[in-house]
Amino acid sequence: MSNITPEIVKEHGLTEDEYDKVLEIMGREPNITELGIFSVMWSEHCSYKSSKKWLKTLHTEEPWVICGPGENAGIVDIGDGQAAIFKMESHNHPSFIEPFQGAATGVGGIMRDIFTMGARPVANMNALRFGRPDHPKTKHLVNGVVAGIGSYGNCMGVPTVGGECEFDTSYDGNILVNAMTVGVADTEKIFYSAAAGEGYPLVYVGSRTGRDGIHGATMASAEFDDDTDEKRPTVQVGDPFTEKLVLEACLELMATDAIIGIQDMGAAGLTCSTFEMASKGGVGVEMDLDLVPKRAADMTAYELMLSESQERMVMVLKPGREEEARKIFEKWELNFAVIGKLTDTGRLVLKMGGEIVGDLPIDPLAEASPEYDRPWVPTAKPAVIDAADVAAPNDPCAALKRMIGSPNFAQKRWIWDQYDHMVMGDTVQRPGGDSAVVRVHGTQKGLAVTTDCTPRYCYADPFEGGKQVVAESWRNITAVGAKPLAITDCLNFGNPERPEIMGQFVGCIEGMGEACRTLEYPVISGNVSFYNETRGEGIRPTPTIGGVGVLADVSKAATCAFEAEGDDIVLIGETTGHLGCSAYLVEIEGRDAGAPPPVDLAIERRNGDAVRGMIDEGVVSACHDISDGGVFVAMAEMAMAGNMGAAIDVPDTGIPLHAWLFGEDQARYVVTSRDAKTVLAKAADAGVPATVIGRTGSDRLTVGPSLSISVSELKSAHEDWMPKFMSAP
Amino acid sequence: MKAAVIVFPGSNCDRDVQVSIEQSTGKPCAMIWHKETELPDLDLIVIPGGFSYGDYLRSGAIAAHSPIMREVKARADSGVAVLGICNGFHVLTETQLLPGILMRNAGLKFICRDVDLRVETTNSMFTQSYAKDQVICIPIAHNDGNYMTDADTLKMLEDEDRIAFRYCDAAGGIGEAGNPNGSMANIAGILNRRRNILGMMPHPERLADQLLGGIDGRPMFDGLVEALAA
Repeated sequence: MSNITPEIVKEHGLTEDEYDKVLEIMGREPNITELGIFSVMWSEHCSYKSSKKWLKTLHTEEPWVICGPGENAGIVDIGDGQAAIFKMESHNHPSFIEPFQGAATGVGGIMRDIFTMGARPVANMNALRFGRPDHPKTKHLVNGVVAGIGSYGNCMGVPTVGGECEFDTSYDGNILVNAMTVGVADTEKIFYSAAAGEGYPLVYVGSRTGRDGIHGATMASAEFDDDTDEKRPTVQVGDPFTEKLVLEACLELMATDAIIGIQDMGAAGLTCSTFEMASKGGVGVEMDLDLVPKRAADMTAYELMLSESQERMVMVLKPGREEEARKIFEKWELNFAVIGKLTDTGRLVLKMGGEIVGDLPIDPLAEASPEYDRPWVPTAKPAVIDAADVAAPNDPCAALKRMIGSPNFAQKRWIWDQYDHMVMGDTVQRPGGDSAVVRVHGTQKGLAVTTDCTPRYCYADPFEGGKQVVAESWRNITAVGAKPLAITDCLNFGNPERPEIMGQFVGCIEGMGEACRTLEYPVISGNVSFYNETRGEGIRPTPTIGGVGVLADVSKAATCAFEAEGDDIVLIGETTGHLGCSAYLVEIEGRDAGAPPPVDLAIERRNGDAVRGMIDEGVVSACHDISDGGVFVAMAEMAMAGNMGAAIDVPDTGIPLHAWLFGEDQARYVVTSRDAKTVLAKAADAGVPATVIGRTGSDRLTVGPSLSISVSELKSAHEDWMPKFMSAP
Repeated sequence: MKAAVIVFPGSNCDRDVQVSIEQSTGKPCAMIWHKETELPDLDLIVIPGGFSYGDYLRSGAIAAHSPIMREVKARADSGVAVLGICNGFHVLTETQLLPGILMRNAGLKFICRDVDLRVETTNSMFTQSYAKDQVICIPIAHNDGNYMTDADTLKMLEDEDRIAFRYCDAAGGIGEAGNPNGSMANIAGILNRRRNILGMMPHPERLADQLLGGIDGRPMFDGLVEALAA
């Protein structure tokens, strides 16, 4: 009689076809442990079965890329024998179910990915998306997620230097928690996951294995339904203190040459980590589960292999180096156990109580992992909305105040106050600017880091939206004066089995790919999070991008704050007054419609290169990119950051005033300078449109002869929303 | 000045304060693992910020029982300067080298931001480079910074001029507006009777470099070097 019933197969998230393949690979019926292993290895979360086909089309190579997608994180060369290692990952499903632990372990997991490769994490970022503010769950989720992120990063002593936070009703049932970590390593001291060496010891370090998080990867590969709260036990529990010790112990061991390959245990724990190491190295593994450090003595093989307990690593050591490694881990009061060895069989063999409890072929399982060409339909292109068809506000200054005091524009200090953003003593630009800037410790270099996405654009036109998100990331890095190097992507979408969702995914990927190629801004790591749906309602397509750039001299980094009275304000780039799909249209007119602004990537690059040159030559005193809300919001942000007003002279362009002020044309920046002549000359040399549009000074932002608003009034509107919202009963 | 920083499992501002000390002394600052039982010849011992033992039990409670702390106490008793910052202040209260306790912030949230401090006394080697009543800007980053003690101890601290810093508003006013965490009498840092031990929640090492946004923390380290130059 068969032990594996169709119900059991279904509970493990495998389709009938997939189970047939399991039988074919095994040549027999699998036992429950083996079935569990197939289930997690072939889950969407681990196998990328719906996205693989499209991810392969992304642009992933440039001369400065040391390691692209496929490892724990991507690596770029930042000069002087140093590398930046980074990745962003989603922890959406667990954070909705249990916000504090879900978000905390998301941060813990992404930091582990970074230090697994030999890098000390130097900066954390996060991109958060919640449901509408008045949804009954939103406040609770914001509280839990922010506290969870803070608790983990703060205890680790890695600064959380920035991010973004938005509210939209499409996230009512599925919030997004995307966490990014950037680390720095010597290029000579980078560690990979491939295992090698027959007979070499397989070592387990870190926390004990418990019963938490079993089937987390499978949970994250399905839609939510009415029983979501019952899934709470699949969320892991984090212990940042232990991870801090694991970090220090790993870096101490990595300073020696004892490690062959190392892998953290994340999704699908012991299963995924050993499979990955063995499959990359083309070797087999024999593991004695009796030797795995456990929290409960009676744990089964199934539980041990599928647990997602946190703060655990597995590594292959050179033979004879076990004692040296053991001493380091014992100094840090961590578990250290040799749990098996590498073999030449190409199989994963699991033993327990002297018996074989699992025996699976590694390559066939990895190679046969399903890959689907899911049917998709392209998203219909929305009509372009003419600025003349958008009503003008009675008072543009009042409209500005309303916008910057709206949930999505309001200052998020309430959040970043809960993150230690200064520990490690290298945070040069704190949260709130275009990009965060951290000094590379002990050098003059700086890293600029930003996370971006405009789901409104991606929803209206996935292709243009996909282009825009990469362009905006590139622009934010450029606006502080850094050279954009590469990105990590965190692709959050609904159910890929629905053709219209798959169409959004394909559109975004194609747009991103084109932007990455033209801007020479490759994707070096990332993850895909599908099934962000509840009862058939999907989120807006949200391909969050984390970008990293380098500054040769961090003291030259530009900020967006108006610096001195009497500086000329120069608008860089072309303005047409594109109001379709704009924040103005949504916030003021309540219309979510129209085509988003098109992105001309060649112009984006030309304008950005010119601005970066000006910052490097020291001719600009402040710089800010123009994105959501247009030039007026950009100027307000510069005024609030610098506590200083400005007088805007709107050039005679024939564009309606509100379209000129709030239009979201791309590839634009606002810069200030003592020496506008030089700025204009440099722009002209590069063929970049540039116009003087005003001058800094006073304590008011004025437009033309009759419109004005005080900076302090703007500041209260901007700063008050979030604390008021969170403290309201 | 010969200085050392004590490192506990979970310390995470150890390197930051080492950098600030080395910037002021121009000499290497030693890092001492908490399991050591002896200290080299030193003029200054720093107990750094962080989450020693993950803040389990109570912040600083487990670190206070680390082997090295017996030696730190002995040195402090012999007059060696001891500076405890943030979690280091927790450790100093847990070892009872300083009076009082640090409770959960009144707002029940972790707070990381620049705050204004008023220098209450210049009569110590830690504060001699500031002016009395000077308002300085130093960041805080803590969950548990809400200083509390009994009325008699508070009176003693005040009578003996042992309050080093109080949280204040930008104009130096001591009131609720400038108090980020609910600390009694806006206390941000205190001295022992002999004035060779300072515990403070704010992080002077975080603003001792213009590139990071300010240098109001630097006079503390420069002042210590001046006082302890040997």
